[in-house]
Amino acid sequence: MNEMRLKTGLAEMLKGGVIMDVVNREQAVIAEKAGAVAVMALERVPADIRKEGGVARMAPPEKITEIMEAVSIPVMAKARIGHFVEARILESLGVDYVDESEVLTPADEQYHIDKFQFKVPFVCGARNLGEALRRIAEGAAMIRTKGEAGSGNIVEAVRHLRKMLSQMRRLTTLGPEELVTESKELGAPLSLVQIVAKTGKLPVPNFAAGGVATPADAALVMSLGAEAVFVGSGIFKSESPEKLAHAIVEATANFHDAAILARCSKGLGMPMKGLDIHQLRAEERLQERGV
Amino acid sequence: MSSQNLRIGILALQGAVQPHVEKLRALSAEPVEVRQPKDLDGLSGIILPGGESTTMIQLLKLNHLWDPLARFTRERPAWGLCAGTILLAKEVVHPAQESFGAIDISVSRNAFGRQLDSFIEIVSPTDHWVDQNRQEAVFIRAPRITQVGSGCDILFQMKSEPIMVRQGHALATTFHPELSTSDIFHRYFVDLSEQHG
Repeated sequence: MNEMRLKTGLAEMLKGGVIMDVVNREQAVIAEKAGAVAVMALERVPADIRKEGGVARMAPPEKITEIMEAVSIPVMAKARIGHFVEARILESLGVDYVDESEVLTPADEQYHIDKFQFKVPFVCGARNLGEALRRIAEGAAMIRTKGEAGSGNIVEAVRHLRKMLSQMRRLTTLGPEELVTESKELGAPLSLVQIVAKTGKLPVPNFAAGGVATPADAALVMSLGAEAVFVGSGIFKSESPEKLAHAIVEATANFHDAAILARCSKGLGMPMKGLDIHQLRAEERLQERGV
Repeated sequence: MSSQNLRIGILALQGAVQPHVEKLRALSAEPVEVRQPKDLDGLSGIILPGGESTTMIQLLKLNHLWDPLARFTRERPAWGLCAGTILLAKEVVHPAQESFGAIDISVSRNAFGRQLDSFIEIVSPTDHWVDQNRQEAVFIRAPRITQVGSGCDILFQMKSEPIMVRQGHALATTFHPELSTSDIFHRYFVDLSEQHG
């Protein structure tokens, strides 16, 4: 119980902030200077994984250590879904959060990691409430939308966030016997369904990820109820990463203030080009992994 | 003491804001989220919550809040927690960074280590605190108070190390009472704001 409070406690501290994907020391320093609350260490950003193909794995330990030494903010790192050995390695390196991520090639197509066995906290992606509650049942201390990583297109993150929020709202209107059936249909433990029905929110922090490319995108997901924002390829695949990183931090904190958003959206150059989700084949959609 | 209609600000640019909103409401104080200089008007005190101090410094400057908030915290009741303590301190090391200097302490960032070194401990008050009851303290990537000026009172300590310090109307805590069930710390700050605000 106390272990879980420490895990969600760090997520509380990250709220209202931006977590940026970085692949080396230089990018990590840019992210920290721009005001990121944390960085996510990975080998390649999702847009490159998509382009280059092949198996995407945990970043090499020396890369992660290099990033941890370069910044004073928390460092997260990605492990493949179900790859509890990669997660153990990340834990032993001392990372602050592990992202069991669909962006990497899954190592187990049936099971996720038993995250209660770890002292390091985990974040997991979800497209809907059922997925979110299953991940929490496995020990995730933070949920993020999956969105469609590396697409530069916010549409999927919006879909997932809206879906989760409307499913949670619905639960608050149901009677006790209806919750039992709902638990069956969501494929989620009744105990967690009952908690959501009572509070109207997830028992862990709920962040947005997947497709954020502009300050307006970040402000959009915050306005829809996300508690913080992950930015993957968006920053370092844009024309001026430093400016964009600053602007997304400012937009996330001031998401309700259109005048600030207008100002910080100026002069950022070209954002990443992005993909039309409808042009992606089913097997190209990272969000279908690990449901 | 009645805290009805007492308006307490919470710096809301980034960090753990909501738990303080809930604690203050439960004490019948009115929480006010502070993002712009004008939000400081009419406040009896302000809470600087936990979060990332490097991010907060960036945003305080972007929102033109650095100078007004520095002034406020030197003149009126202010309570810093974790990152907030780093903002209030006179000196910050590891690494060095700017701060308001509202309380005469030196603070070393992330001095207990990384998230894997975060912990929960039962801690003891000193004679300067309101009672002798031990309290739960949640430490998350916490800073350490490495020096305490002569004008400061230590309110709580852990293994004889200061973890909560007061100097006049300024209060600094390296742990997170907003993540524990007790409301005694928030009650203390509401009372302090009522007396000095």
